[in-house]
Amino acid sequence: MNFPHVSRRSFVTQAAQAAAAALAGGAAIARAEESVRLPFENGERRLVKFPGKRPLILLTHRPPQLETPFSVYNEGVITPNDAFFVRYHLSNIPLSINTDEFRLEVKGLVNSPLKFSLEQLRKDFENVEVVAVNQCSGNSRGFFQPRVGGGQLANGAMGNAKWRGVRLRDVLDKAVLQAGAKQVVANGLDAAPIPQTPDFIKALEIDHARDGEVLIAFEMNGEPLPMLNGFPLRLVVPGYFGTYWVKHLNELTVVGEVYDGFYMSTAYRIPATVGNCIEPGTAPKSTIPIQQFRIRSFLTSVLDGGQIPAGRETLLKGIAFDSGQGLTEVLVSTDGGNAWLPAHLGKDLGRYSFREWTYAWTPPNAGAFHLKCRAFNRLGETQPMEPLWNPAGYLRNNVETTRVTVA
Amino acid sequence: MKTFTASLLALSTVAFVRAAEVSIVLPPETGTYKKAPGIELMQANCLMCHSSEYVASQPPMPRKFWEASVKKMKEKFGAPTPDAQVAALVDYLTANYGVPEKKTP
Repeated sequence: MNFPHVSRRSFVTQAAQAAAAALAGGAAIARAEESVRLPFENGERRLVKFPGKRPLILLTHRPPQLETPFSVYNEGVITPNDAFFVRYHLSNIPLSINTDEFRLEVKGLVNSPLKFSLEQLRKDFENVEVVAVNQCSGNSRGFFQPRVGGGQLANGAMGNAKWRGVRLRDVLDKAVLQAGAKQVVANGLDAAPIPQTPDFIKALEIDHARDGEVLIAFEMNGEPLPMLNGFPLRLVVPGYFGTYWVKHLNELTVVGEVYDGFYMSTAYRIPATVGNCIEPGTAPKSTIPIQQFRIRSFLTSVLDGGQIPAGRETLLKGIAFDSGQGLTEVLVSTDGGNAWLPAHLGKDLGRYSFREWTYAWTPPNAGAFHLKCRAFNRLGETQPMEPLWNPAGYLRNNVETTRVTVA
Repeated sequence: MKTFTASLLALSTVAFVRAAEVSIVLPPETGTYKKAPGIELMQANCLMCHSSEYVASQPPMPRKFWEASVKKMKEKFGAPTPDAQVAALVDYLTANYGVPEKKTP
């Protein structure tokens, strides 16, 4: 029940599209005829082609918010740039950037306020790479029961890419932090169309910013960042929700207090309870800023409502990830959660990456089956069997069920 | 001809580079609010900052949700909506994107 189904209104259109795509050397051509139905109420969405992107699930047009079709996650553990989800808050987004004139400014509690050109950043600092998942805080919000307001996403607001850039630590150290530096405040070029709206600005604790893992990235999967994913620079904060991965990054301010901007002190908050969940439909007594991912896993090779051939082996395949603690195991159940057996884990691309898992299954008989997968990490963390609830619709990570027919 | 076609495709599918300028052109916005009494107020107050799907993609929600949403837009996001128009906006949102209201006896 958790996967979008492509509805094809006309076989003729579909065939024409396939022919056009073949002519274009595989390039996907946008067609208004194609739409998907996400599996929750009011889940009808159009597939729309934005610059640098294949047709993606349109959540909102202005600012652009685009969801990755779930089938993409079965193509490989790296999410292609043209399929990577897009999330903005404010609609005055940069559409044109002069790469000669662009500067990243470092200021605030530093001895040497600095401005870096893109060339200086690349040449003056060690270039490093990390494969890391970026996931929207509200990924899967549409599945919340009772429903909550906000971007009504299925499971496609996540992606895994190889990011290349320079360490935030190295850039901060070049400017030399002053005593009393507490947080680094990150701002990008995107802005609101009216000045009364709070600008989208995020803050990291100084020790986190200097841990050597947070990057100022300029490349994604070996290419410049797509414009809609933050060209020319974005923060990469491995293991943390996408809200911290500030796009079009052009301003870093070191401050001596806890930054209290809207997107830290009011938005992107989770209940300050064990598990950060509360009784569905209630309000939390106190909240804290959202931070790291919760461990998740997905079956990708067969979708809800799908068919599996009887009488022979089928390789079930999926992905798992956590906040970088180190996945240890993915268990699979083919009988609705009674018996669980370990899946084979695929190549390890690093602890912040999607990890592929496979499980060879020969169905014992024809009929209806409920398939589930569940990931575990070195801390012993795993996914809850039932959904947890919070009013903003964040952190969903429960074990999902894929209903299939063996025939 | 082949190269020319390839260039055209490149122009239409990825960000294009002219000198040091990297630019994109967004596709035209097509979403609209439901045609019903109050749509003009919605267009005047909401579309200045965001497209219609912000409303249209929400699940059917009760009046208090739409009241809270309009209040949030005004108080947190600075929407310059006159107080006198708030009730009409909430009416429109509840009638067109809300849960049908039960008549209380």
